[in-house]
Amino acid sequence: MAVTQDDVRHVADLARIGVDPARLEPLVAELNGILAHMDELSKVDTIAIESAALVSIPLDSTPLRSDSSGPLKMMTQKESFAASMKDGFFIVPRLATHEDATDSPP
Amino acid sequence: MTADKYEMVVGLEVHVQLKTRSKAFCGCSTSFGDAPNLNTCPICLALPGALPVLNERAVELATRAALALGSKLHTVSVFARKNYFYPDLPKGYQISQFDQPLATEGHVTINVGDVEKKIGVTRVHMEEDAGKSLHDRYPGETAIDLNRAGVPLIEIVSEPDMRSSKEAGAYLRTLRQILQYLGVSDVSMEEGSLRVDANISARPFGQTELGTKTEVKNMNSFSGVERALDFEFARQCAVLDSGENVKQQTLLWDASKGEARVSRTKEGSNDYRYFPEPDLLPLILHPEWLTSIKGSVPELPGDRKKRFADEYTLGAEDIEKLTAAPPLSDYFESVARQSQNPKAAVNWVMGEVQAAVNASGNPIDQFPVRPADLAQLINLVNDGLVSRSAGRQIFGIMVETGKPAAQIAHDSGLLQVGDDSALDGWIDEVLTEHPDEGKRYFAGEKKLQGVLVGMVMKKSGGKADPKRVNQLLESRAGAG
Amino acid sequence: MTIPDFARLSATALAAKISNGSVSAVDAVDASIARAKAAGAGADSLNIYLWTDDDLARRDAQSIADGMKRAGIGGRLSGIPLAVKDNIATLGLPTTCASKILAGYVSPYEATAITRLREEGAIVVAKTNMDEFAMGSSTENSAYGPARNPLDVRRVPGGSSGGSAAAVAAGIVPLALGSETGGSVRQPAAFCGVVGVKPTYGRVSRHGLVAFASSLDQIGPIARNVDDAALATEIIAGLDANDSTSSSTKVGSYRDQYLSLASSPMPLDGVTIGVPQEYFPDVLDPGIRSLCERSIDTLKSLGAKILDVEMPNTKLAIPVYYIVAPAEASSNLARFDGVRYGARAMSSSLREMYADTRSNGFGPEVTRRILLGTYVLSAGYYDAYYKKAQAVRGLITRDFRDVFGRGIDALFTPTTPTTAFPIGAISDPYEMYLSDIFTATSNLAGVPAMSLPIGRVGGLPVGGQIIASHFCESTMFRVAYALEAALGGEAHQ
Ligand SMILES: [Mg+2]
Ligand SMILES: [Zn+2]
Repeated sequence: MAVTQDDVRHVADLARIGVDPARLEPLVAELNGILAHMDELSKVDTIAIESAALVSIPLDSTPLRSDSSGPLKMMTQKESFAASMKDGFFIVPRLATHEDATDSPP
Repeated sequence: MTADKYEMVVGLEVHVQLKTRSKAFCGCSTSFGDAPNLNTCPICLALPGALPVLNERAVELATRAALALGSKLHTVSVFARKNYFYPDLPKGYQISQFDQPLATEGHVTINVGDVEKKIGVTRVHMEEDAGKSLHDRYPGETAIDLNRAGVPLIEIVSEPDMRSSKEAGAYLRTLRQILQYLGVSDVSMEEGSLRVDANISARPFGQTELGTKTEVKNMNSFSGVERALDFEFARQCAVLDSGENVKQQTLLWDASKGEARVSRTKEGSNDYRYFPEPDLLPLILHPEWLTSIKGSVPELPGDRKKRFADEYTLGAEDIEKLTAAPPLSDYFESVARQSQNPKAAVNWVMGEVQAAVNASGNPIDQFPVRPADLAQLINLVNDGLVSRSAGRQIFGIMVETGKPAAQIAHDSGLLQVGDDSALDGWIDEVLTEHPDEGKRYFAGEKKLQGVLVGMVMKKSGGKADPKRVNQLLESRAGAG
Repeated sequence: MTIPDFARLSATALAAKISNGSVSAVDAVDASIARAKAAGAGADSLNIYLWTDDDLARRDAQSIADGMKRAGIGGRLSGIPLAVKDNIATLGLPTTCASKILAGYVSPYEATAITRLREEGAIVVAKTNMDEFAMGSSTENSAYGPARNPLDVRRVPGGSSGGSAAAVAAGIVPLALGSETGGSVRQPAAFCGVVGVKPTYGRVSRHGLVAFASSLDQIGPIARNVDDAALATEIIAGLDANDSTSSSTKVGSYRDQYLSLASSPMPLDGVTIGVPQEYFPDVLDPGIRSLCERSIDTLKSLGAKILDVEMPNTKLAIPVYYIVAPAEASSNLARFDGVRYGARAMSSSLREMYADTRSNGFGPEVTRRILLGTYVLSAGYYDAYYKKAQAVRGLITRDFRDVFGRGIDALFTPTTPTTAFPIGAISDPYEMYLSDIFTATSNLAGVPAMSLPIGRVGGLPVGGQIIASHFCESTMFRVAYALEAALGGEAHQ
């Protein structure tokens, strides 16, 4: 499996990281360089361990918190670290449109 | 009408907000309508280094709901991260459940007309809510309020088992009623504590494989869901008729225009990169704990309807009305039990009680006339101690004063008089005042009996027991 | 009052002086501040400190001193200057993970590990330089420039906890906190000739540790000797209701066992130590190999039974690590979007705001790993990469369960394949990743491990690694303490 420029563009888009076009090709090379070493994993037989994992039941459950446990204290106000607030709201640039493909929630 | 050629196939995804005090993974309050971002902490703000800890109550309520839907509860369920960017999703992922949900294989039984049908419930899983984005508050800006971020939800996913908007509506109403009975949620679509997304496709009757489905979102009432489905079904039928293929896409229902617009979301542009949430261990439900939750599941609407039918021999219509909401049916049931008179209980509850409760504008559990009081009144009427009309007067006073029926009947002299000396006295007076009618009656003109009883009733001011007056007149006639 | 040989005093020795009143907490902090200036902790020299507030430190020291006067007694670390890696949340000083994206961010809450150290009287004097978001093995990937190794300023201190290791090695603080994901405490400890500990996964709360790879991350102490490291580990260890993955397994005393054996000529009598051949490849630096052999002979002479063991899946650790860690990181770093905190790029559309904020805010290595992690989780690749890597991780864990199940109490290996390399020497990302080849295995398996100095090659420190079974820190410290004592001055020659 080799990473292409399109893959890098797609992944950068998913990760919301702007990639300078000049960096595209080097990134393709770097990621392929790294992933080349990963391919040896495909040769490892893991059927035994995977099926074992399927049947084994973990020992402890995730710990549960009481519904009445209060919130974690904050020693400073949100305004001290927020980039932009108005009337208690966090403010961001308006979504291009509500249904904009890239901005809309699922 | 082309729709006759096609069958509607619908599956529903319902998000329900669980009634907890604090959020799913932090101790912040879930209260509704507070100042923006008041109920936030390092965890629900996704500050660097903050970690989630699961709310016990949320697990309890989710489990109760899953049990009530007849689902298979999984001993081990796993939380997963659903990764996507949105300004009201602080962590950049939603903690949800993916390939190992809390429960699977449930169902909801609906009735359309008098046809009963089982709608499969594919899965019930736990997840957290996102915050709110206000797009219209400031020009060119979006305002983010994270009070709702992290509030616990369950997502209930149905099988594509519904074949009409009516069935979809019935499914939603039945589901809401079940969740109300369970007390796990406020289930209010208006307040957003219940949200519905619909998957709909059309296929020619007889075809077994499913057609291409579209997703319809943004409905804000059950009738809205029904209208949206009918609208989208008609659209798909038209597309199919014209020989085209239905495109897989998401549509947004516009209730005001009564139409669904295609959302510009590219399909496949969402790649959520689910993976197991490493900040939480798997959730393990221990058998004894599960048993205790099973014990906390109350009688559900379906069972209650059946029971009312054979315990109280009520008509289908009365049963529907009486079981609509748990408080009303609980009220009716204790009146019926304490008065030993279900029929009278139905009449009173469906009549006077409902009218008075609606007039008061308060819920029935704040109604001043408690079931025991009403049962007493019913018995007074039933034993002939007060007349029906007096009963209605007394009820009115009970609503005002909250005093017990017997006391009111006594104080306001509304008790019926059944003792013969008093009745004979009135009869004598009537006969002396109307000697002519008296003679003719005793001469055998039996049809005058009603007239004489009426006069006696009038004289007694409605207090005389008409049954006994008739008997006394007859015995005098017999003797004469 | 000045403190003679402050730069070489252990935390326990300094704490003793402070509690017997011969010096004060304020003296200790002043000595640390003076030493920081002399050694050049600042950006213009070693560049190992990112944030300091000397007045705040002195005030904290004064209140500790007052508290001790009032109570007549202090905590186990009363007055001890503590340097903290910049990815651990502290009140009063910034927490930036050496990243531009968190420039100026001060946490409104504190990490549990810090709270527990403060409760014992420790004083946070600085936040230390690191590879951005702990992604690196040299502290070169810092938005604030590379840190330097105090033993050879042309070389790296290792990473990602390079600043913390360097601060202890330079004699500026007797104790520091770092964090581990694949060796980020042990490797810099080895490069700087100090002791570094990676506790069992779940032993120390991660609450307040900025997440890199949640299933691997663990806070660990860096100290001048094993005893200080054991004490600090004991203090920060234990259940925390704010971290669902923190263990309820009870924390015993990590020191009693080895202290009770201190006078014994055979303190490791009855201890079996395994030597996995996979950790001694042909390419291993011969100097490092011979120092390891010397240590193994020493362990034998202390009564330990030495066994060669096989851990066949060791070579898979780096590929597995560099799928699992970036995958989790790609998700953990999604919260840095400029919406609620941190630096935000000015843009007219939300879309650009995200892209610009994150491309300006993250350095090249962090960007590379986010993209790599997003790729291995994305549709069509999840099974081939992430799922497969987790399965192989299971095999690596089984290797450890097998050896520890066969009566092996601890493993001895080199900590790193090389000594500290020159700044700028390694440009290929994967070659850099190989610095973790001997350490990443214990993060993947969750077992405790530590590095201690076992000698020098060409004047540069070499670290020996001791690995124990889950929650068997006391065994690990017992072996380390005995070896340290036996090697004595040779550990630093
Ligand atoms: Mg959902
Ligand atoms: Zn919160």
